[in-house]
Amino acid sequence: MAETAYWEAIRRAHDEEMANDPMVIAMGEDIGVVGGTYKATSGLYDKYGPQRIIDTPISENSYTGIGIGASMVGMRPVIEIMSINFALLALDTLINAAAKIRYMSGGQIACPIVMRTPGGTAHQLAAQHSARLARMFMSTSGLRVVTPRGPLDAYGMLKSAIRSNDPVIIIEHEQMYNLKEDIPDEEFFRPLEGAEVVREGSDITLIGYNFSVHLCLEAAKRLEADGISAEVVDLRALKPIDRETIRTSVEKTHRVVVAEEDEAPVGVGSEIITGIIEDCFFALDSQPVRIHAADVPVPYNAKLEKAAIPSAEDVYHGALKALGKI
Amino acid sequence: MKDADKKRLLREMMFFRRFEDRTFEAYMERKVGGFLHLYSGQEAVATGVLEMANVGKGQENDYVITGYRDHIHAIKTGAQPREVMAELYGKETGSSKGRGGSMHIFDASQNFMGGYALVGQPFPLAAGLAMGAKHKGTDQIAICFLGDGANNQGTFHETLNMASVWDLPVLFVCENNLYAIGTHIDRSTAVRDQYKRICAYDMKASQHDGMDIDIVMDAAKEAIDYVRKESKPYFIEFMTYRYRGHSMSDAKGYRTKDEEEEWMKRDPIRLYSERLIEAGLVTNDEIKEMDKAIDDEIENDIIKFAEESPEPKVEDLNKYVLDDNPDPRWVGPLHK
Repeated sequence: MAETAYWEAIRRAHDEEMANDPMVIAMGEDIGVVGGTYKATSGLYDKYGPQRIIDTPISENSYTGIGIGASMVGMRPVIEIMSINFALLALDTLINAAAKIRYMSGGQIACPIVMRTPGGTAHQLAAQHSARLARMFMSTSGLRVVTPRGPLDAYGMLKSAIRSNDPVIIIEHEQMYNLKEDIPDEEFFRPLEGAEVVREGSDITLIGYNFSVHLCLEAAKRLEADGISAEVVDLRALKPIDRETIRTSVEKTHRVVVAEEDEAPVGVGSEIITGIIEDCFFALDSQPVRIHAADVPVPYNAKLEKAAIPSAEDVYHGALKALGKI
Repeated sequence: MKDADKKRLLREMMFFRRFEDRTFEAYMERKVGGFLHLYSGQEAVATGVLEMANVGKGQENDYVITGYRDHIHAIKTGAQPREVMAELYGKETGSSKGRGGSMHIFDASQNFMGGYALVGQPFPLAAGLAMGAKHKGTDQIAICFLGDGANNQGTFHETLNMASVWDLPVLFVCENNLYAIGTHIDRSTAVRDQYKRICAYDMKASQHDGMDIDIVMDAAKEAIDYVRKESKPYFIEFMTYRYRGHSMSDAKGYRTKDEEEEWMKRDPIRLYSERLIEAGLVTNDEIKEMDKAIDDEIENDIIKFAEESPEPKVEDLNKYVLDDNPDPRWVGPLHK
């Protein structure tokens, strides 16, 4: 076991998979000579060379498309998009091509690309660098969408994503790249499907993904001080969603809060709560609660930004509401 | 080129014209649905370029990709015409198992990597195919056929830039038929000659008559040899004309009969057949016989196959969305 930062875990997964399979390449802006905005490919340019660690021009749609084309003939490109906001420029090749080629070709051609991108708010990056957009990708047929909450999944899910035959979107988070966790020294894989109970509890279920898992864990600690036992579920994958793990937890606790950093309309929380109503409505003792961002472009001003984005405090209050305590 | 090959090429172009005409009839009979874009008038380009490429050899083929006007490019690359027709009929025996239709013909067994309905999207995909071929160290190249209308998409500029920076073995074939759907090139594009736009990318480019298959083949051979040998991109433009509307819903109100007739005087099939007759390689009677044989093949083999083939099963609706047999080690689920 070694204490590893989130960015180091991603770097290690790249390194091992590139050593294992010559068809694995990485592409993105400043990922080579510079080593990546978040250091996720640092040192790999010197090790694997410019043919495999490819610095691209600022042309998101077409370099993503080139990666997709290469994947159609057996390559396994890991495409880094510096911010999920910029992924909007690549939606044509991602959604109209990568997500649909297997189906349109009657199963003849796969597009095993991985697109990694940070999707979340950091500190005062303003509206055009703070989008989250998970809800847009999770509603697209033909994609897999995963949201590693820490170094263990960041490493293990990237390795699995590279080996999977489907297009996989990995949504990371600016505020998690320096998050540390002990991970095993020997190689391991973490599957691309399945939610995980990351804290057991019996009074209420707090559901999160990506950074909001950490808000849920913090809220659970505060609830514990109040004598309330909260279970925390990390969705891990937004497509497909593991409804079984959610149902099992809600049937145990009978109360639920879903925490997302995205805006609420047609969001992750809407989807999860609809699933709960369909799967285990009669297990609920109170209305489900959604914790989400304000429905505004993320503001620059620090005070306004804080007000726009959900906090652990918000999740805590959401739980009290679900518990009928406020 | 051998005399027999010249005759074969003439027959191929006649077959392609008849295939599209018959598709039109099937569309009017409502046997073919959706959007349908026909290639009539432009046959010399796909036929001539691909004649000079590696096609019809299965996995050794060059990679070919194009837009939605894709039936003929697929067949010339090596797809079976009866499977292409079955695809238009939406049948399980179709080249994309009835999931793609006219605009999305795929035949991976012949490296025909698809028809795409987003204008300009094949540019980066083609460069990626070339990157894959180069990475694997094969001598395959990628050939991307698109119309002049696609050149006003950002993907054109983005991809040409990267293909040049990274020395990708890709041939961009511009079929300049003067119209982006119904808008004339002079009303949408600053320069009519598309090859002139390429100087910004330090890439070889040239423009040729796309109605004369001999000219097409000579130009394509030079370009393909260059792309293969130098492992560098090349942009080749052919001036051509589509006889039918952009798709079936197009009444062609944006152009004159005179203009159409002017182009039809240089019809690629007429030009080539006259040349072969003059050279004594074929007679009018032989051409009539060829016509009859083509009709017979299309009616009694191709259409019959499409008509008689089964439709996909509704219970297979969810097949092919993702890998249908994923490795549980990578995919999971987590607790099983």
